[in-house]
Order: sequence, then structure tokens, then C-alpha cells
Amino acid sequence: MKNAYESLLGGKHGAIGLALLAALILVVFPLALDAFRLNMVGKYLTYAFVAVGLVLCWGYGGILSLGQGIFFGLGGYCMAMFLKLEASDPESTKIQSTPGIPDFMDWNQITELPLFWEPFHSLSFTLIAVVAVPVLLALVIGIAMFKRRVGDVYFSIVTQAIALILTVLIIGQQGLTGGVNGITDLRTLKGWDIRTDEAKLILYFVSAVLLLGCILIARFIVASKLGRLLLAMRDKEERVRFSGYDVASFKIFVFCVGAAFAGIGGAMFTLQVGFMSPSFVGIVPSIEMVIFAAVGGRLSLLGAVYGALLVNFGKTYFSESFPELWLYLMGGLFIVVVMYFPNGLAGLWDSHGKRWLARLQRKPQVAAAPKPVAVAPSKRPTPELETTP
Amino acid sequence: MDSQPIRLLPRRLAVGAAALSLLAGSLFSHVASAEVNTTGLAVTDSEVTVGILHSATGTMAISETGSIQAERLAIEQINASGGVLGRQIKVIQEDGASDWPTFAEKARKLLVGDKVATVFGCWTSASRKAVLPVFEKENGLLYYPTFYEGLEQSKNVIYTGQEATQQILAGLDWVAKEKGAKTFYLLGSDYIWPRTSMKIARKHIENVLGGKVVGEEYYPLGNTQFGSLINKIKLRKPDVVFAAVVGGSNVAFYKQMKAAGVTADKQTLLTLSVTEDELLGIGGENMAGFYASMKYFQSLDNPNNAAFVEAFKAKYGKDAVIGDVTQAAYLGPWLWKAAVEKAGSFDIDKVVAASPGIELDTAPEGYVKVHDNHHLWSKTRIGEVQKDGQFKVVFESDLIEPNPFPEGYQ
Amino acid sequence: MEWLSEFGAIAAMQGFNGLSVFCVLLLMALGLAIIFGQMGVINMAHGEFLTIGAYTTFVVSSLTSSYAPAFGPYYFFLAIILSFFIAGAIGWLVEWAMISKLYQRPLDTLLATWGLSLVMQQGFRSIFGAREVSATLPDWLMGSWNPTEAIDIPRNGLFVMGLTLLLTALLFLMIYRSRWGLQVRATMQNRVMARSVGINTKRVDRMTFALGCGVAGVAGAAFTTIGSTGPTAGSLYIVDTFLVVVFGGASSLLGTIASAFSIAQAQSLLEFFTSGSMAKVFTLSAVVLILMLRPQGLFSAKVRK
Repeated sequence: MKNAYESLLGGKHGAIGLALLAALILVVFPLALDAFRLNMVGKYLTYAFVAVGLVLCWGYGGILSLGQGIFFGLGGYCMAMFLKLEASDPESTKIQSTPGIPDFMDWNQITELPLFWEPFHSLSFTLIAVVAVPVLLALVIGIAMFKRRVGDVYFSIVTQAIALILTVLIIGQQGLTGGVNGITDLRTLKGWDIRTDEAKLILYFVSAVLLLGCILIARFIVASKLGRLLLAMRDKEERVRFSGYDVASFKIFVFCVGAAFAGIGGAMFTLQVGFMSPSFVGIVPSIEMVIFAAVGGRLSLLGAVYGALLVNFGKTYFSESFPELWLYLMGGLFIVVVMYFPNGLAGLWDSHGKRWLARLQRKPQVAAAPKPVAVAPSKRPTPELETTP
Repeated sequence: MDSQPIRLLPRRLAVGAAALSLLAGSLFSHVASAEVNTTGLAVTDSEVTVGILHSATGTMAISETGSIQAERLAIEQINASGGVLGRQIKVIQEDGASDWPTFAEKARKLLVGDKVATVFGCWTSASRKAVLPVFEKENGLLYYPTFYEGLEQSKNVIYTGQEATQQILAGLDWVAKEKGAKTFYLLGSDYIWPRTSMKIARKHIENVLGGKVVGEEYYPLGNTQFGSLINKIKLRKPDVVFAAVVGGSNVAFYKQMKAAGVTADKQTLLTLSVTEDELLGIGGENMAGFYASMKYFQSLDNPNNAAFVEAFKAKYGKDAVIGDVTQAAYLGPWLWKAAVEKAGSFDIDKVVAASPGIELDTAPEGYVKVHDNHHLWSKTRIGEVQKDGQFKVVFESDLIEPNPFPEGYQ
Repeated sequence: MEWLSEFGAIAAMQGFNGLSVFCVLLLMALGLAIIFGQMGVINMAHGEFLTIGAYTTFVVSSLTSSYAPAFGPYYFFLAIILSFFIAGAIGWLVEWAMISKLYQRPLDTLLATWGLSLVMQQGFRSIFGAREVSATLPDWLMGSWNPTEAIDIPRNGLFVMGLTLLLTALLFLMIYRSRWGLQVRATMQNRVMARSVGINTKRVDRMTFALGCGVAGVAGAAFTTIGSTGPTAGSLYIVDTFLVVVFGGASSLLGTIASAFSIAQAQSLLEFFTSGSMAKVFTLSAVVLILMLRPQGLFSAKVRK
């Protein structure tokens, strides 16, 4: 019991942090925001899945994937295929030359449902595919890359190229994939209209709970021996290898976990937004997701969630208020965070927030603040265990 | 972080307060607002709020800037002439940022948050497809300005650009007749509009014109190397190259065609995707003598257009150019005004019901009329590219009926 | 017989096309080969430095046509030189303000320069507008050269090719034959040792980065003859460029040349025999596949960790 408490919740600090986050997304947001804003937050939370996965891969494993959009997209597409099939029943598509297939197939003279679409008639298959498809692809990429000891930078660039290939492929095969428009106009899940406000509220809570679940899994991994090995590998890979560990397998494992999280996020995205398009598979969204993790703090699982929320709130707010300026602000934010706050929000909290809190709690003269994290530009961020952001 | 919901809270209260004051205003001062607006849109006694939803940033900003300018100009002119049902139009502009989910999100914001009476917006098919379910679910009204692939008809959208058959068939008929064209090379960027357009073109060439398609291919959006393609064109020697290449690829394609010696004196080319806007980037000298099939060119010679061009240049500078979509975007606010005044109400359902049959004699392109299927009756023109970046109109069709679901072309 | 000679002409032009794609890829990649290959800095804003060159050319072109029309035919040379210095100067500033603080964190330079590229794109948009612009090209750059009746060799292709050769040769001399090149290579191989023998490594870094950006500027200027000039034009090139450099084996200039050549030929041939989109997918997939099998690239001194 004690063990589970330590490893899953990360002791007292971790538990408080998690409880605060849970309270924020499960209680505060639903109460304070109207249905429209809450749906937006729900969408941001789906990005947080990816960011949490990135903290594992990048912050702990040292592998920076610039292709997380691939997995987010694959998960999303799996879900979208199921929903599209349900929306394309023969009755509502009777004006088509071939009723019963998705509208975009009909426009492309496809007269029969392609074979790989068939299994997506089944919800249970779809739910498995949402996780399995991204994981399988991650497994293949991971085995090919890590077993051959490809360096960090090369890995980043290759994942980026794969994201590009997949985008071009999806756009090019529009009869099978919906092309650049994506798969749109999704309506019901097993007869349940996902477009109503109540449905969106329920989906929001499902996302939030799944996200908290993913954080717990990630916590468990980080707190286990694997987590410590990952950190060791990131800093001195050779030594870990010489100690007899199979470094590649660990890397492949976290990469797959990251892909699975991203796939779940993508599926929840499709459910809440009502469509999926290749613009989530490409290079730009993939890098943006890395930025969410960077802003939150690359070593903080909870930070990743705050990062995703904050950056997206900022994006929405600035693009509504100062459309001309928002790219400057966004670009500036990336630069400043990466250069001066490599530990992101979580790092700021550690260096300033806690001291401030300590001052509030105790008598002012007791300056028992923890040492701030060094932000020496020439140093890699020092590994730290999970703390409250 | 914790301040976030608090920051958003006043916004919500503000909306509530606005709704209250609206209610109070309609109760005590003037009965008209309650009459012309029974569904809670943002309409006061003196003002009606509408939305503009285009990309001001990102890759599509290149194309959508003109539409924003035209819509704002039309709204300004309507306001100057007394507004709509005696109310001044207030604009809320949102940036879709060339990102389809952002379009959907902003569309929701405009419809649910701002309660706008109508939205003028979208450019690409992808952005329209992304917002369409939102407009249908929230029962909004969208005026969509771009020429597009057809295969769509929504109660909640008025399409002010041409659908594919309007733009394509007249153009193909013209090259077949005028240039005696028998063989065609079809070429486009790789996405739905070029692919659907080429599908329609192929059917028309093969089944109606009795011609032959000697090549059909698609290049990824943003492709900049067309050397191999140009060699293939040289090899197959088509009578006509029929092109729907978009964006940065457009510029690269025509520059490389010119450099490879494929110019108008040797090769006939008809494009669906080059307007005066694109010519700014391509350079008129690189395309001189090629043809474009559009419903509007800036050089159209009629009094409506002269006044429109003059007003546009007065507002946006003498170097401003006006392309087909810009003009179609300009029609949006005028068509809406006419429909609202015919309906005598801002209610979406009533405006939609009043829309078919709306005529506009003052359109820069001449005369347009809204069809029952929410597209416009319009003429198609063939323009020949001039060195100065303008088109010389060499052909004008009769008024063509819009037909978004063409029999025999699907 | 006529058919055969025509076939020959097409083959010749297609061969030339392969070469010209090769030159475009190489020109894009040269600057990055210096910055990424030699310095190990992942500059995601590389495409925007290309765009600086393109806009410089546009500005010089407009100024020439309004103030010194007689200079029209020759402005392009001035534009190329100016592009080099302007892009180089901005590169120098960027190195000083940003890159120099991130040398120990290569993955972080990737993110920071991505931010930079967003800022630069929006900068272009604020200054020049969202629409694409077009520099008026001098007549001698337009049209084609006809060695025989049936063969058209594009002059702008020839020009880009000549420029690429010249630039590559110059870079080769600078890196492998000059004293400065020696310092660069020494610094990149062992920074501490280089410093201890009296090389001002900071200055070397700054100059190297500025040089890479300058070369990108020249490439951008050259690309106005074949491509578009707009705020986001540079971002079209970035992934291809990185792949060329990585595929060649990052630290080898020769490798970059070989890789640009093979990718260009593959793409050009595939485009001719299949169609545009599929050619792109096939080429990229082949490159990625080969990289998975041979992560160090075609040519490599050693894989740097």
C-alpha cells in the first residue's frame, strides 16, 4: 500500500499536485466555463495526452520525437473511421451512387468499402486499434532506429520525415482517407449524438479521467526502476549499456507508451471536435506538441498538462484579441522558454513558487526555501523527480 | 493558471449582461428588435453583429486577405447607405489561422458566443468542411466566396463563388471550339478541388467533346519542382494543358514553364486557379497569353465594376488587385442584406427561406441570382493573361445555372 | 527516325532536369551542411534565411525598376551579393543572441529556432504583406537556350547550376584549404583543445553560422528565378533540406553533394515515370528506409554522439 502510494502518487507532494490538477479539470473548469469554452478545454486536454507521452520519451528517455502527430493522427483516424461508417448508413447516404459508403469515397468513384475499412464497423475493434495501430508503428520505427543506435538528432529528423510522408500519403489517397479535408461530419457513437452539449460535457469528463489515468501510468513508469534507467541512459547511455542493460528495448518501450497516449488523445480529439484531418499528422502540430511539453517542463508530467492548457489558452486568447501579434508572441514564447526556462513551468515553480509558498506558510524570517534549479544555459536541465508544478 | 477561469468568468458575465440589456432595450424602447430577431441573435435597435472568419495568418493568408478586404468594403458601403433594416453592421473578425480545427472552433465562438446574425468566411474546401457541421448544428448562416468542387448543398450556406461545372464546362467548350483542341493534359495540386474538377473535366472531354486526355497528374501542395512534368508535356504534346495548381506551386510552375520555353505561342494553357491575386506572385510576364476560366476579372468593362474597382482602390491603395474570389466575397454582404430585407427579419430560417430568387443588379460581375440550391447563377468568362498582371476578357458565356450535383459527371 | 530524335531530346532535357533539381537541393543544403553538418546546430529557421534572400532580391528589383531602370539587366548580381550579406548579418545576430547559449543542447536549438522561424515568418508578413510578390527577372535569365531545334534548356536552370558550382567550389576551398577552415574543423572536432591552442572558438562559431546563413540567402535569391516568394515560402524547403544533409552523412560536404545528387535523380526519374505525389512519397520513403538501415548516412567520418 505504502509502495503504491509512493510510486503512483509520488509521495505527499505528488499526491497534492495530482489532486490539485484533478480538482482543476474535474471541478473548477466545468463550473467556471460555459459549454463552448469547456469544449475548447476538452480539446486542449487531448493535446495534453501527447505532451505527457513526450515528457516520458523526451524528458526522461532523451528521445525527441518530432512525429508525435503521426500517432495522434492515427488514433484520431481510427476513431473517425468508425464514426464515419456509422454516419454513412444506407439510409442517410441514399442520394449517393453507392449508398452505405462514406460520402468522400462516393465522390472518388469508389463503389465498394475498401477492405481495411471493414473492421471499423466494430466499436471494440476500433477501441483496440486506437491504441494498437500507433503502438505498432512506433514499435517498427523504434526497432529500426534504436536497435541501430541512431543518435538523438537523427531520430528527430527521421520522425519528422515520416510525418511528412504520412501527410502526403493521406492527402494523395483521398478516395480512401478523405484527402486534405479529412474525415468530417461525424455525428453519432452507437446512436448517441456526440454533437450535443451534454455529450460534449460527458466526453470532456471521459478525456479528463483518461488523462489522469495516463498520468498515473506514466508516474508508475517513472518511479519504477525503468524510470531511473531511462534517466541514466539519457545522460550516459554507454555506461548503462556496459552495465549489461538492453538500452534499445527501454527506448522502444517508452516510445511505444508515448505513441499509445498520443493515440488515445487523438481518438478523444475526434470525438470532441467531430472530425479528423491530415493537418494533425504533419510537422507543425508535431512540433507544437513538443512545445507544450517544453513550456510545462520536460520533466514534469503534470507540467505537460499545464503547458498544453496554457499555450492553447494563449493561442486562443491572442488570436482573438491580437491576430497580427500572436505568431510573434508564440514564437517568442518558444524561444524564451527553451533558452531561459529549460525546466518550464515546473522549473519556475520549483525555484520560485515553493519559496513563495514557504514564506506564506512560515514566519517570514525562515528562509528554508529549496535551492532554485540552475538555469545555466550551458547545462542540460538537471534531472529531478516529479514535484508539484 | 488558476487565474484563467477567473479571467474567463467576466466574459461570460458580460455576455449575460449584454443579453439582459438587449432584452431591456427591446422591452422598453423599441419593439422592432424583438420582431426582427426572435431567436436571440446579436441585434440591437441600432446595430447588428456579423462575423468574418478567414485566415489572417498562416499559409492561406495569401489568398484570404482579399476576401477580408472585400467583405469589409461591402459592409462599410452598406453602413454608409443606411445599414440593414435600419441597423449598422458591426463586424467581429476571427482568424482561422489556416488551421481547420481553429476554423471550427472560431465558427462555434461566433455562433454560440457572439450570436452573430451571419458569417462571411472560409476559403479552402477543408475549412468549409470543418465548419459546416457547426453551422448546421447551431443553425448559423455562412456566405462562402470561393469557386469550389461542388458536391455540396447546405441549408446553412450560400455559395457566392462558382461550383465546378459552371467554371469548367464553359471553359472547355471554348477551347474546344476556339482552338480546335482535341487532346488535353490535366494537372493539379493534390487535394479535393483539383481532383474533382479534373474528374468533371475528363468526363466532359471524353463524353461530350469527343477529345482525349493524354495525361492527368497531381503534385503535393507546396511542390516547387516541375521540370519532369514539363518534359512530359513536351513529349505528349497536348493541344491544351488544363491546370489547377495552387499556392506557391503555382508560381514555380509558371516560372519553370516559361524558362523551359513552353510559352503561349507554342502551347495553349487554360487554368482554373490563377486570378489577379496569384498573378502578383507569378508575374504577368511569366504567364502572358495563357487563359483562365473565371466568372470575374478586374478588367470587366461595366459601370458596376468600375465603381467597385474605384472604391476598392480608394480604400486599399492604387496597387490593390481584385481577383475572382475577392469579388465573390464582396457579393456576400450585399446578398445577405437583400435577403434580410426581403424576409423583414434577421432570423436565420427566414433569411434562408428568402434567399432563393434574390437578384443583384449591382454586382461587379454583372447580374447574379441565388438559385434554389443556394449557389449563384453566373456567367463564365475566359481571360487572357496580360503582361501587366491583368486579364483581357476574350469570351463571355450566357448565364449558367449552378449544378452542384451534376448528373453524368460523378 | 523522327520519333527517335525526339526521344533523344526529351531524354536530354530530362537529364538536365535531374541535374537542375540536384543543384536546387544542393544549394538549399549547402548552408545547412555548414550549420548542421559542421557545427551540429539544428537550424529550423534555415528556410526563413532563404526567404530573406528572396525578399532582398524582390526589394532590389523594385528599387531598380523605379530608380535605375538602366541597371535592370544587372541588378541580379547586386541582389545576390546583398542577400549574402543581409542574411549573413542576421545570422550573425541570431548566433550572438540565441545559438551561442545553446551549444550544449542541440535538441533545444531545434525548438528555439522553430520559434524563431515563426517570428520571422510573421515579420515578413508584417513588412511585405501576406501575398506573394514577384521580382521582375532580367531578360537574359528568362527563356531557354536551344542547342538543337527540339531541345530547350532553361536559362534560369543553367544560372542556378553555375551559381551552385561556384558556391560549392568556394566553400570547399574555404573549409578544406584555408586557415579559417582549419580553425572551423578544429573547433568542431574538439572545442576545448582548439581553444587551448589559441583559436577564438566563439568567433569561429559566429562566423561559421553567419556564413551558413549567408549561403542560404544566396540560395533564396537564386530561387526567385524558379519558385515563389512569400512569407512561408521557406518552410516548403526545410524538411527536404534536412533530409539531404542527414542522408549525406552530416559532417561531410562531399556526402551532401552525393546525397543531393541521388535524391534529385531518383525524384526526377520517378516523377517522369509515375506521378508527382507518388514520386514524393517513394523518394522520401526510400531515404528514410536507407537512413534506418544506415543511420550514419552515405558518407560519414563518425557518428557524433
